[in-house]
Amino acid sequence: MKEINDSSVALVAEKARIMRRDIVTMLGEAGSGHTGGSLSAADIVACLYFWEMNIDPDKPRWEDRDRFVLSKGHAAPVLYAALAEKGFFPREELMGLRKLGSPLQGHPDRKKLAGVEASTGSLGQGISWSVGMGLAGKMDKKNFRVYALLGDGELQEGIVWEAAMAAAHYKLDNLVAFVDNNGLQIDGRVDEVMSPLPIPDKFRAFGWEVLEIDGHDCRQIMEALNQARTIKGKPTAVIARTIKGKGCSFMENRAEWHGTAPNKEQVEKALSELEA
Amino acid sequence: MEKQATREAYGKALVELGKVHDNIVVLDADLSKSTKTADFAREFPDRFINAGIAEQDMIGMASGLAAAGKVVFASSFAMFAVGRAFEQVRNSVAYAHLDVKVCATHAGITVGEDGGSHQSVEDIALMRSVPDMRVIVPADGVSTRKAVFKLYETEGPAYLRLGRPSVPVIYDENVDFEVGKGIELRNGKDATLIACGIMVDKALQAAKILEKNGINVAVVDMHTIKPIDKELIVKKARETGAILTLEEHSIIGGLGSAVCEVVAENYLVPVLRLGINDIFGQSGKPDELMEYYGLSVDHIVQKVHELLKKK
Ligand SMILES: Cc1ncc(C[n+]2csc(CCOP(=O)(O)OP(=O)(O)O)c2C)c(N)n1
Ligand SMILES: [Mg+2]
Repeated sequence: MKEINDSSVALVAEKARIMRRDIVTMLGEAGSGHTGGSLSAADIVACLYFWEMNIDPDKPRWEDRDRFVLSKGHAAPVLYAALAEKGFFPREELMGLRKLGSPLQGHPDRKKLAGVEASTGSLGQGISWSVGMGLAGKMDKKNFRVYALLGDGELQEGIVWEAAMAAAHYKLDNLVAFVDNNGLQIDGRVDEVMSPLPIPDKFRAFGWEVLEIDGHDCRQIMEALNQARTIKGKPTAVIARTIKGKGCSFMENRAEWHGTAPNKEQVEKALSELEA
Repeated sequence: MEKQATREAYGKALVELGKVHDNIVVLDADLSKSTKTADFAREFPDRFINAGIAEQDMIGMASGLAAAGKVVFASSFAMFAVGRAFEQVRNSVAYAHLDVKVCATHAGITVGEDGGSHQSVEDIALMRSVPDMRVIVPADGVSTRKAVFKLYETEGPAYLRLGRPSVPVIYDENVDFEVGKGIELRNGKDATLIACGIMVDKALQAAKILEKNGINVAVVDMHTIKPIDKELIVKKARETGAILTLEEHSIIGGLGSAVCEVVAENYLVPVLRLGINDIFGQSGKPDELMEYYGLSVDHIVQKVHELLKKK
């Protein structure tokens, strides 16, 4: 259990700010990609990479490492921003996002980039990977933990609930699944397109411990991570209320920023809002 | 040259059909803006069902709707409509012989920057292997519209493969488009290029270049991969003595395989297959990827030279 104090919270929040700047910059350079859902997840991913997870960029396949699975693979830029900041690869490579030959594929590809644990992009499958990793950890009596990040629209995939059932069935207390609950998917509001609500009750009914937090408050995310370590015999779901496009006023809560990259002017505007 | 994405033509055709027939129902899985079923959703909100991000459920629901008398068009990206929901298409739609048209967009590598996880190069092979399934890969917007109309008129399961990028318009409205009948676009005596989808236009471009070098190739738009136009393949094999197949799909299981099966069993001539060489796609601009994976006009020209050496 790690101590949470003002300076540890501030450090992680600063990492999230840097990541948001990188996300906007790399997407602007790429000219296409998923901006809204990368920004909504930045604080959660920052807390995992810069506070919670036991990982070593020099040994990306170290067998005792904690694992992060970006089940909502379209938010690849948030993962790449974290990996670059952590030192897995030189930050110049961020500018290769989505370009021919780059290891930074439109959706994460574990064959191409060290630090990417799961090849995702087809929604729903990442959570199954996470269950598999959790099972392997139990089989081998390892202490590593597995963290998954899902979209709230992603919860509409049936496989998510098949995996949820399996995780509880096998008592995977080494697994934490975050839901980036930004309320939006491509065709509109999640509750209007195909409601997965109430999300916490569903996970509870499937046998999970459920924590509900503000997904942009790093202290709350860190506290949830600490609490999840105390929960034995079942997996933990952290339902994080978030804002799609968080950090760029003109993108916030707008479905049209799901799969749109900012142009030069918009990048400038976003970066000015993301000054320290 | 006029251009239109086949998915654009699909969206418009659905609206046209919806105005005339009120038994049409359209389904999507949170990609209606990209697949263009949003056009239909706007006009006929009561006959549009968004399954959410749940492609398997979408195809399952499509089957139930069809069993209750609806003619159903169900759309998503090819990777998810065919890949994710394959077994629902096989067991709920085809095995039950229901009137569900699986119309998938963003097929092939021209998906572009989203990368290999989204670039379906296996869907023709998968759909072709399912009994009772018709498989259509139109070359342009005009033939896409015709295909959508024909599919409505002919009861039973079908797969329509559509693309993301704008492509040149090849046909005018008078084109005689029959499911199962390839279209002879150009005559030639030296070899036949049999293409589908976006490769048809590229085949025509290659034919022009080859002509300047004194090589005359015939070009066939084999828009229906199943049932394949056996007679036309045999006729072209006889007339030209060599065949090159072209598809934005794996060389395994798609148009190339279908043509080889006909040639092997009926009239042996050399065949070469141009397509994705049993590898996954990756991120990049559509044109760059077409070049990288060997599907450019120059590659076709080279391949024809290679083919002629085998004659
Ligand atoms: C199986 C599958 N179906 C469809 C898609 C296309 N798609 C990409 S993102 C997305 C919406 C995701 O919404 P949500 O999970 O809420 O993500 P977020 O809002 O966090 O970006 C869809 C439908 C996909 N990637 N995978
Ligand atoms: Mg969402």
